[in-house]
Amino acid sequence: MNIIVFAENQDGVFKKSSFEAVSYASQIAAQHGSQVTAVSIGNVAAEKLADLGTYGADVVLQYNSDIFSQFTGEAYSKALAHASKHKGADLIIISNTYSGKMIAPRVAAKLNAGMVSGVISMPDTSNGFKVKRSVFSGKSFADVSINTSVKVISITPNSFSIVENQKAASVETMDAGLTTTDINTQTVEVARATGKIPLTEAELVVSGGRGMKGPENWHLIETLADTLGAATACSKPVSDIHWRPHSEHVGQTGITIKPNLYIAIGISGAIQHLAGVSSSKVIVAINKDPEAPFFKAADYGIVGDAFEVLPKIIEAAKALKSA
Amino acid sequence: MKILVCISQVPDTTTKVTFTDNNTKFNTQGVQFIINPYDELALTRALEITEKSGGTVSTITVGLADTEASIRKALAIGAHNAVRVNAEPIDAYFVAEQIANYAKNEGFDLIFTGRESIDYNGGMVAGLLGEMLNIPSVNVITSIEIENGNAILERDIDGGREKLTAKLPCVVSAQKELTEPRIPNMRGIMAARTKPLQVIEASGSQANTQTVSFELPAPKGACKLIDAADAGKLIDLLHNEAKVI
Ligand SMILES: Cc1cc2nc3c(=O)[nH]c(=O)nc-3n(C[C@H](O)[C@H](O)[C@H](O)COP(=O)(O)OP(=O)(O)OC[C@H]3O[C@@H](n4cnc5c(N)ncnc54)[C@H](O)[C@@H]3O)c2cc1C
Ligand SMILES: Nc1ncnc2c1ncn2[C@@H]1O[C@H](COP(=O)(O)O)[C@@H](O)[C@H]1O
Repeated sequence: MNIIVFAENQDGVFKKSSFEAVSYASQIAAQHGSQVTAVSIGNVAAEKLADLGTYGADVVLQYNSDIFSQFTGEAYSKALAHASKHKGADLIIISNTYSGKMIAPRVAAKLNAGMVSGVISMPDTSNGFKVKRSVFSGKSFADVSINTSVKVISITPNSFSIVENQKAASVETMDAGLTTTDINTQTVEVARATGKIPLTEAELVVSGGRGMKGPENWHLIETLADTLGAATACSKPVSDIHWRPHSEHVGQTGITIKPNLYIAIGISGAIQHLAGVSSSKVIVAINKDPEAPFFKAADYGIVGDAFEVLPKIIEAAKALKSA
Repeated sequence: MKILVCISQVPDTTTKVTFTDNNTKFNTQGVQFIINPYDELALTRALEITEKSGGTVSTITVGLADTEASIRKALAIGAHNAVRVNAEPIDAYFVAEQIANYAKNEGFDLIFTGRESIDYNGGMVAGLLGEMLNIPSVNVITSIEIENGNAILERDIDGGREKLTAKLPCVVSAQKELTEPRIPNMRGIMAARTKPLQVIEASGSQANTQTVSFELPAPKGACKLIDAADAGKLIDLLHNEAKVI
């Protein structure tokens, strides 16, 4: 099995999800006695490229012409398909980030490859090739087999650990032969909240619902989140009434997340909300109503008024962090 | 403007998911089906665009006859005409290929999909379709305006927002915030009955992936309750017992 893994960077720094993907690839390679080729697209410093060897990349292919200075689904998918053909890859692994979601299907179509997105298991190759993915927004799981010789899978961020497996990765500079006529999209502006942990990548999430009564009370959620180093999220009505930005809305019609810890405060636990968060490893529900459905989905619960409970939790969290 | 909107039908969001046939089939007993919420947003935005600058909105659905209630609803919301590819939507590749086969000779300026279907959550059709038609595809757009043959777009990226332009024709996938969904009115429902709904047969390929079986998440153990008066203990438990902070 010849494996290609996309190592995505943001401003020249590889994302955590990229190291997860390389680790994932290298574990498959170890089982099959095969090689891992990591593909880096865009401008990344040489010593950073070598970092990919730490997690098991045998070879790093680097695509770094001007055309890649902005992210476009067209150019990036062409480079990845180019690398896959160059190596005769039969398995292409991409982390299911926003960028990953743009390019993975295009790569699959270019290579006539069967594709499964949102993968949460190692492949089972005992009889063909089978992976597990979550469906119905986390309400259940499906085992899906891929029947084509070339396969593309996108893996869910935060589902696999980063594992060291030092290899002396050799770096090759590649040219996909693209020109500006290959690109029909143009980035105008990129705005990222600085100093904030993106919700989709967060390991810890503190989330508030309508029980928080109003946006003026969100400083409690934010203080707890900042103290723990967590991202903030909210229920759908909270973003619908503009207490919080839409980008924080989690659930079946919002973002599906899978952090290590999800703390839900003043959220009832409606089925559509739970759909997006139930895969979190540990769930805490804080609600003044002991009958709130969230307690059925939670590992830890506090029945109480958020405005009395939160200051106590914040105080304990600050004590822990300064210890 | 000639716009195509890809409409899928999904179980209502309140559905309690269960399976039959030894966990190989989704149990549709008593399940209400609706238009995928993101597809509804796509449809509404497509209509707003044509209302402003003229044109037509067609919908396409890959599905068996049981999808026609949702297709009629799309027509009632305002789509001008609809196509149904008469086939079981086996996987995203198959669906995208059917849509591409239909779209390639129709000269659409813009094709909408939803960000993902809320049942399969694949989020793959837009990219597959873009590649199959050899045009750009832009995911999770929260805003679209058409100016001089270009789409002016905003889309979600990890931790932020990006503004970009794409040359038409292109494929875009609709994210929340794009617009507010429209509810069909009586006139729309009446008109939908006589709007064209063309049924075509599937062409070409086979599915290259197969869902072998389903599984429900393991039931959660009992929730450990902490006394509200002693709420700070939560931090201790998360640190020493759950070991997540
Ligand atoms: C098609 C569809 C899609 C949907 N998708 C989503 C989705 O993706 N995500 C989502 O979140 N919802 C979604 N919903 C909405 C969902 O059904 C619920 O309405 C919503 O999750 C409720 O939000 P909430 O828990 O914040 O508010 P409420 O239901 O109003 O609950 C507030 C909770 O706060 C508690 N509370 C009140 N005061 C306090 C206090 N002082 N201290 C502690 N607790 C307090 C109350 O006991 C209550 O449990 C969807 C609905 C539909 C129909
Ligand atoms: N059977 C189908 N017929 C038409 N469009 C579909 C179908 N399945 C998915 N789509 C479109 O593709 C989008 C993404 O679907 P998915 O890849 O299943 O998450 C949906 O929001 C629809 O716009």
